[in-house]
Amino acid sequence: MMKVKVHVTLRESVLDPQGTAVKNSLHAMNYQEVQDVRIGKYLELLIEPSDRPVEDVVKEMCEKLLANTVIENYEFEVEEAVTQ
Amino acid sequence: MKFAVIVFPGSNCDIDMYHAIKDELKEEVEYVWHDAENLDQFDGILLPGGFSYGDYLRSGSIARFSKVMNEVVKAAEAGKPVLGVCNGFQILLESGLLPGAMLRNQGLKFICRPVELEVVNNETMFTKAYQPNERITVPVAHGEGNYFCDEKTLQQLETNGQIVFRYAGENPNGSLSDIAGITNERGNVLGMMPHPERAVDELLGSADGLKLFQSIVKHWRDSHVVTA
Repeated sequence: MMKVKVHVTLRESVLDPQGTAVKNSLHAMNYQEVQDVRIGKYLELLIEPSDRPVEDVVKEMCEKLLANTVIENYEFEVEEAVTQ
Repeated sequence: MKFAVIVFPGSNCDIDMYHAIKDELKEEVEYVWHDAENLDQFDGILLPGGFSYGDYLRSGSIARFSKVMNEVVKAAEAGKPVLGVCNGFQILLESGLLPGAMLRNQGLKFICRPVELEVVNNETMFTKAYQPNERITVPVAHGEGNYFCDEKTLQQLETNGQIVFRYAGENPNGSLSDIAGITNERGNVLGMMPHPERAVDELLGSADGLKLFQSIVKHWRDSHVVTA
């Protein structure tokens, strides 16, 4: 079994109003060192390997559903899932 | 003319849409569940607002893969009028029937109030009953109506007259170029954030939305009904 960790974030060119609100709040708390905040999503998929490479399958899922590439970027890592 | 109001789990403006067509427009209308496999009997397709599938992942992203959407794509390809309002607009964007994507409102708040719109293009099948640059009042009710697309797409929208409605007063959500509603290139698929179905009677505060539905019917009659 493979565990896939997917990060979906807004593209650089897209304004992130949530991130901006959090940054302003951090500044109000006196964390002046914060230059920027971007908020994204984290998804974990458990995948049973098939005859297709996991990377190909996950890429396809990201393009079709998990991310909207008009406004979002995605990246993922695949690791062996620890079975209990 | 016979309309379908597509109902997804979580749609909540379907009844308003049905009411607008049946009681105000006085045309035929039916609710169609999201797993329908055939829309051939309908002349116009309406995707109502709401929170289909709880807005999980992204607004409209899950609804876009429901069975009925294959049929909606077919109807759009056949040139039938397809109107998506609010969540319906978001579903049309996710499905690729319209270009661009929706972001959270710039002010992060859910906004629910009447707004002023400018009819930027009154030569579409959805807007023929309006005057050029007519100002109309229609309510918005959304948390994610901040329309976004890349520069090239925006230019195409402008050049082809696909921007149909713009916010005329204050832009409530930060949308690119004050966009409130766009069509596809062919002009038979319209997505808009404001709710014309909630502005079909003076009793509701405005009847400005009614002309949109009347435009659709008139366009359909002109091309389908031969008068002797």
